[in-house]
Amino acid sequence: MSVTATSITKSFGRYTALDDVSLDVGKGKLVALLGPSGSGKTTLLRIIAGLEHADAGSGAIRFHGQDVTTQPAGERGVGFVFQHYALFRHMTVFENVAFGLRVRSRHQRPSSREIAERVESLLGLVQLDGLGRRFPSQLSGGQRQRVALARALAVEPKVLLLDEPFGALDAKVRKDLRRWLRRFHDEVQLTTLFVTHDQEEALEIADEVVIMNQARVEQVGTPQEVYDRPANPFVYQFLGNVNVLRDVTAWSETGPVLDNGRLAGDGLLYVRPHEIEVHLHQPGTAGVPAVLKHVHGAGSQVQLSLELLSTREPVEVELSRAEFLALSVRGNDPVLLRLRPTHALEQDYAI
Amino acid sequence: MSSRSQRSVLPGFGLTLGFTIFYLGLIVLVPLSAAFLRTFGMTWSEFVAAVASPRVLASYRVSFGASFAAASVNMGFGFLVAWVLVRYPFPGKRIVDALVDLPFALPTAVAGIALTAVYAKNGWVGQYLEPHGIKVAFSEIGVFVALTFIGLPFVVRTLQPVLEELEPELEEAAATLGAGRWQTISRVIVPQLFPALLTGFALAFARALGEYGSVVFISGNMPMRTEIAPLLIITKLEQYDYRGATAIAVVMLVASFVLLLLINLLQKWSRRYHRV
Repeated sequence: MSVTATSITKSFGRYTALDDVSLDVGKGKLVALLGPSGSGKTTLLRIIAGLEHADAGSGAIRFHGQDVTTQPAGERGVGFVFQHYALFRHMTVFENVAFGLRVRSRHQRPSSREIAERVESLLGLVQLDGLGRRFPSQLSGGQRQRVALARALAVEPKVLLLDEPFGALDAKVRKDLRRWLRRFHDEVQLTTLFVTHDQEEALEIADEVVIMNQARVEQVGTPQEVYDRPANPFVYQFLGNVNVLRDVTAWSETGPVLDNGRLAGDGLLYVRPHEIEVHLHQPGTAGVPAVLKHVHGAGSQVQLSLELLSTREPVEVELSRAEFLALSVRGNDPVLLRLRPTHALEQDYAI
Repeated sequence: MSSRSQRSVLPGFGLTLGFTIFYLGLIVLVPLSAAFLRTFGMTWSEFVAAVASPRVLASYRVSFGASFAAASVNMGFGFLVAWVLVRYPFPGKRIVDALVDLPFALPTAVAGIALTAVYAKNGWVGQYLEPHGIKVAFSEIGVFVALTFIGLPFVVRTLQPVLEELEPELEEAAATLGAGRWQTISRVIVPQLFPALLTGFALAFARALGEYGSVVFISGNMPMRTEIAPLLIITKLEQYDYRGATAIAVVMLVASFVLLLLINLLQKWSRRYHRV
């Protein structure tokens, strides 16, 4: 089921959390709402869920074209997963998952046998077989979050909403769980919207990323689109590392500055660390002279910290290990920097 | 020291436990055992005569019945007061919050005199109630009103911190799962507050059992009807019947202890989901 939000505005007193925000989530998509804290992403998710209401007179929320703006949360058919799980501590895992079925009115409520079957199959789906009789306090963080997910799925929601679902987990579990969510989504094809401030998470698993900042949507696109062709300096700086360079003329002699939307309207050049080539200092070679300050070699890529000779601007460059070894440079060596042509990439997009 | 003894950041288990037992012994057990020892001077039939005469039995009924009723009412309305104080901002909230503690601070005799004045036949409230046949002052209802008054802060103050810890997300989760308001309250909120509600109830109940000052003014102290057990003890003391007085005290003590123990067990059971 598709989800549409049209010109939603929400203020808390004088503070504007959402300023005329619109959003379109296609049926069966996995979409990330990505932004720094205070960007309004959670508020938008809560308004879609019906836990919060947009300012009077501002836009509408539609599920599959049907206006649900005035419907209470319980009638919208959404599954909501909270950052801190919000499990019912006094109930077993089984009862937590069964809750949404047990509170139904008598003529809609499944028999207790059907409930048991449904709960058991959901626990299997989230890989928690056999843990139904435990209490939430006996589970790990990752397990609790999966109970919360099973609980949300028990009512057969048409839309799944997750608020920073992996935010409270440690790095390893977070990575496992988000990949699991992606596979899970591929299986059930449920329209899913999740909020995160972790760009890696959003870029890795989402079909589409909605980047928010200061109560507005900055850009919407596939992870590749938003990473490779950021719409504006905010998106550029928010997604991954970027060098902001002032001397556009000097750089324009070393490579194509207009590639990849590098040159922004503010007269600055935005270049990713892997889009810069490093060359040895030889007479007659074109390039911006710089000096190598520091090398971080741990990892598949080698990170170089350099300083431009002309402006003393710091520049970060990322090379593959092979490239770096072929260069054989050391600290305080003078080098020349050039922009890497990205035409090849550009053409791929044209397909 | 054996290396197997448990190490913790703050050592001193032996010392603090020793002190705790010594302190409880000094403050609680020694006076109480004095009460028990006095009754040992009585023969069994004397003891039974002292604690099971119709007038004494009636006073137990009044004391335990009114205390139970007052603590139950406080559990309900104290919950409401605590809920409002925790959940909603409103002008004058601090003043209302401070008002809750007043029954703690007020000398109980003052409370009794004030309540009697309000509920007497010609009092502010009493003058409207009496024509409808509702007699508060100098009746069982008066005892109940006084005990409710002094018990309220116990429930509110035990619930407040627990309510503050209860995340609003739990209610939101219940709402998105389709639960109605009453289902959210009865299935999600009350069960999580139940241990604290029981503690508040137990404190209010225990306090009401021992209450004397405010009740003697409003109850009228009619034997067989509104006479509470603590008053009977005082009456016996005034007649120099020390043994009779301590005998009743011992019965009250044992009964209170058993009841509080039962409440504690119930509370432990209701918290079984905590770190099993």
